[in-house]
Amino acid sequence: MTEHQVQIEEGDEDGTRVLRLSGDLSVQTLGKVEPVLARHDAGVPLKLDLSDVDRFDTAGAWAIAQLQVRMEAAGSALELSGADSRQRQLLETVTAALPQPPEETPRRRGLLEMLDALGRATVSAGLFLAELSHVLGLFLGRLARSLLQPRRLRWTALVAHCQDVGWRAIPIVSLMAFLIGVVLAFQGSVQLRQFGVEVFVVDLIAISILRELGILLTAIIVAGRTASAFTAAIGSMKMREEIDAMQTLGIDPAEALFLPRILALLLMLPILGLIANLMGLFGGLVMSWIELGISPAMFITRLVEGTSIDHVIVGMVKAPVFAIIIGVVGVHGGMKVESNAESLGRMTSASVVTAIFAVIVADAMFSIFFARLGM
Amino acid sequence: MADREPNIRLRGIRNAFGADVVHDDLELDIFPGEIVGIVGGSGTGKSVLLRTITGLRRPQAGTIELFGQDALNADEDTRATIDRRMGVMFQDGALFSALTVRENVEVPLRNVDDLSARMRAELADLKISLSGLPYTAGDKYPSELSGGMRKRAGLARALALDPEIVFLDEPTAGLDPIGAAGFDTLIRKLSRTLGLTVFLVTHDLDTLHATCDRIAVLAEKKVLVTGTMAEMLEVDHPWVHEYFHGPRARAALATMEGKA
Repeated sequence: MTEHQVQIEEGDEDGTRVLRLSGDLSVQTLGKVEPVLARHDAGVPLKLDLSDVDRFDTAGAWAIAQLQVRMEAAGSALELSGADSRQRQLLETVTAALPQPPEETPRRRGLLEMLDALGRATVSAGLFLAELSHVLGLFLGRLARSLLQPRRLRWTALVAHCQDVGWRAIPIVSLMAFLIGVVLAFQGSVQLRQFGVEVFVVDLIAISILRELGILLTAIIVAGRTASAFTAAIGSMKMREEIDAMQTLGIDPAEALFLPRILALLLMLPILGLIANLMGLFGGLVMSWIELGISPAMFITRLVEGTSIDHVIVGMVKAPVFAIIIGVVGVHGGMKVESNAESLGRMTSASVVTAIFAVIVADAMFSIFFARLGM
Repeated sequence: MADREPNIRLRGIRNAFGADVVHDDLELDIFPGEIVGIVGGSGTGKSVLLRTITGLRRPQAGTIELFGQDALNADEDTRATIDRRMGVMFQDGALFSALTVRENVEVPLRNVDDLSARMRAELADLKISLSGLPYTAGDKYPSELSGGMRKRAGLARALALDPEIVFLDEPTAGLDPIGAAGFDTLIRKLSRTLGLTVFLVTHDLDTLHATCDRIAVLAEKKVLVTGTMAEMLEVDHPWVHEYFHGPRARAALATMEGKA
């Protein structure tokens, strides 16, 4: 910047170092002035001549005040000359306001701190699980109560959430399942053709979609769509103290907010899973026809004869569990939002990640469980 | 003061939202070093006026001169230089929530050449301290501060580049009386020692009494009257009379006289 200029002339008067400043002594020129003042040996007396300074602001005053403090500590004198009354007043104000950083306590590092951090992480993980069980317990309790007194259930909210969670998710879930069916048929046909048993591609598609992929991928998509929506909706209500307001008005947030949402998910996820299964099989059928020449009629015969209904049951049993996991994680995330927008964003993405992760962990546990049962 | 060049000179300002005219042929001069309080009923466009002068909103008609330069037709460099000489404190501080208070105050300083990171941090600490916040507030995030502290932090950021004019939007709204009085004193002190011109939008009669050199009343789509508190009491206009003679105004006046 050309308009902000500062000149520093150095001189000597009877052993006293003299610095004559002229021009701007402001935040714009501080980068040039401050190093000169900071390099001054605090033990040597100094005279600062400010008579030609036009613009003098808190930044300039700060540089001089810093030097003054340093020289006083060293026991030498800083003489100011040519400063007008306003400049002196500003310097006084700044000197009085000079921040006094508190003594920093050095942070200890070592085995103890690592253990400390590990302990804290373990406890907070345990607390997280406890909080999730708390939400689950609230949901089950309110569900039981509204089963006994169906009037208490908020039917309008329930239907609205069913529409949001279920109906609106149908296109994306269908498309996803159809493509998975296509991919399985295509990949399966390439491998099975080597052995001349192309027709087994029907079993491959049926078992993998009905047992695992249909419901798992549906749950993952719903976790992405719905866990985030739950967290964002409840979180923004929490942020604006709406949930506190509900409580003071005698409305139970668990009944009004948690129950309709999680229940909608519980009702809709099995249906979505079923749609995904059908669309996945359809995708497989189409691809088998195009790629392997297996006619739809043959595909269906093979499907009905060769695939046990057990696979469908094993797949669909997981749906309610996934639904509750996604719902509980989403609602819990919303309740953890603090009073700022940043935590809303953080909790929303954390909810999605946690929900997807938890769904996959649950799926793995189901696999072990069914393997032990021999199903 | 009339013989000096004004810092802000508004002539013929017209602001309208569709058919709803907020300002029509508005005129206002604000001189260096004075604290001007802007009052007016709800919807008289106090905040719109602030946004117009600070360049956040372009008026439909009129001229704005800031520091003697035509602000509306200025090129980008001139406008940037003008902006650097002004600081704005928004109603709730408008601090960047992802940054600590110190980092917030450092933001305007980043545009200054030759400032090292250490100097920036120390200057920011000085501004935080000048605004009456404790040193430890610098490391905190805006969400961890109370409303009053957020306002002070907003002021610290507005003062970061040592502006010549600061715009304060409702600086004492939502503060407790002690905090509000502290803020009044702070504004007055900063204005006097730093030579600041202050444009103050407020509803707080105590703030008007305690800090303002001059009061400008917005009514009937323009600046109806300007003058000192004493002059305001003489004005005959019904709204102005109601405002400065209402029960709250009398209480504020009584305390001021009690102090004096």
